[in-house]
Amino acid sequence: METMFMKGNEAVAEGALQAGCRLYFGYPITPSTEIIEYMAKHLPARGGTFVQSESEVAAIYMVFGAAGSGERVMTASSGLGISLMQEGLSYMAANELPAVLVNIMRTGPGLGGLGPMQGDYFQATKGGGHGDYSLLVLAPASVQEMADLTMTAFDLADEYRNPVLILADAALGQMMEPVTFGAREPKRYDKPWATTGAKGRKRNLVTSYNLQNEVGEQKSIYLEEKYRFIQERLQWAETYQTEDAEYVLVAYGTSARIAKGVVNALRENGVKAGLVRPITLWPFPSKVFTPLNERVKGYLVVEMSAGQMIEDVRLSTEGKVPVAFYRRQGGIVPQHDEILEEFAHAFSVGGILA
Amino acid sequence: MKTLFERTQGLTDIPFHYCPGCTHGIIHRIIGEVLEELHLLENTVGVTGVGCAGFAEQYINVDFQGSAHGRAPAVATGIKRAHPELVVFTYQGDGDMVSIGLAEAVHAAARGEKITAFLVNNANYGMTGGQMAPTTLIGQKTATSPYGRQSEQSGFPLDLPVLISNLPGAAYVATVTVDTPQNVFKAKRAVRQAFKTQMDGLGFSLVQFLSTCPTNWGLTPVESIQWMQDNMFPVFRIGELKQPQ
Repeated sequence: METMFMKGNEAVAEGALQAGCRLYFGYPITPSTEIIEYMAKHLPARGGTFVQSESEVAAIYMVFGAAGSGERVMTASSGLGISLMQEGLSYMAANELPAVLVNIMRTGPGLGGLGPMQGDYFQATKGGGHGDYSLLVLAPASVQEMADLTMTAFDLADEYRNPVLILADAALGQMMEPVTFGAREPKRYDKPWATTGAKGRKRNLVTSYNLQNEVGEQKSIYLEEKYRFIQERLQWAETYQTEDAEYVLVAYGTSARIAKGVVNALRENGVKAGLVRPITLWPFPSKVFTPLNERVKGYLVVEMSAGQMIEDVRLSTEGKVPVAFYRRQGGIVPQHDEILEEFAHAFSVGGILA
Repeated sequence: MKTLFERTQGLTDIPFHYCPGCTHGIIHRIIGEVLEELHLLENTVGVTGVGCAGFAEQYINVDFQGSAHGRAPAVATGIKRAHPELVVFTYQGDGDMVSIGLAEAVHAAARGEKITAFLVNNANYGMTGGQMAPTTLIGQKTATSPYGRQSEQSGFPLDLPVLISNLPGAAYVATVTVDTPQNVFKAKRAVRQAFKTQMDGLGFSLVQFLSTCPTNWGLTPVESIQWMQDNMFPVFRIGELKQPQ
């Protein structure tokens, strides 16, 4: 066991190294640059390969090539760069290539600024690129989780043969907290499909090129079933004080850290409040909401966007429970008191602002 | 009885689908033969782009990764960096490599990636129906230059090997043709030299093949060869542009 005081971005990189990441391809972009810098410094020294690519487009295809050859590989960027990677991610999902990518979200749309935002939720969870596919999306809420979920992401990528995205924001990337690394051995997966030279076997073909519609339909059905299988098995969320909760806040990442404080404040004021913090954003943890929908009086979604995850929350409530919303945007983080005020306003719960 | 010629193990048994008079088939065979002769069939990964050239993955008998338009050199970089012991090559058309993939191609060469790139240049986008490419000649009529390519509007043909031969990371660069048996032999020598450059770890290698597209040029196979000789040979610099020092 080793405890270090690190930035979230550094924890991602160290977590990747400890998960057996052998190659890193990337292009610098704020506020994710500590990841590429950490990799440039430490990956070659620990027997891996680091290449700074000419663009995010090239980076994701270098990841494609290395993943297709069976190695653990990663890239990281911020929303702008992740936009450029969408083409490659579609190809990777089509070819079922396991890899880990990280989006340290800054503000958008366009060039935006460097503050934290959660505006890339749709891009991350609704496909992002062309065609019918999904990434697995994990949302850490602490520096410890930046490390832990990155390690987990490599296993999930290999387990399900799919790209996995770590969706964090600039605050999580830049903040420093203690992180503990246990002696966690990376899992090993056989990859008989990888292109490693056709020695003693039939040649392997990693391709999504197909001009026959009947074959295309079979492939689509196969992928659909795979995603359904993942949706059934992989719905992770932290629930906090939800056992007897009458009102539940829903937030992920940095928003969830603040929302948890709001839950504590509400409890101190006698309001039975709880928190659902989705950890998998795709698949969205709808099952967590099923029992809550029967007894909860209202949900309050808190996001750093104009309202993206709230759509998945509404779907998960099946229209049974009112869903209120509080957001700040453009790099501003929602404030504790503002959320309390919105809560009181939305649910007409008096006395908590005193 | 003495065997004078055999089909190379470097090709699969799938019949080529290419149009009559297209030179992809000859180029595939040359590459397959060289891979077999250098004993590389079990030690090589190919990377395709898109378009007609994208089908190379069906025919050349080694492990393959199918990449996107223009991205093959980046994919090949990923493979080679993951497995330096493998021989890695790309196979792209001119629309793929010289237009949308110019950045990936030039930077792979600039980094001196130890990969081999094959560029099949038929002066147009073949599979999409014969549109103008960066390699389209001045005055050449295509579906998107219906009045002939005008330099004022669309610039000039881009001879990528000339560009890349200026980069220190590029170790072997050649432009060849497969219009006569003699030139087929020369082309095969260039392919062998390109793979050997990679195996010796000397840097990036590139072979451009000047090629035909009878279907989109609206010419017979024989006329296409003549048109290529008359019009493309003067524009694209043929020969070994750079050899390992």
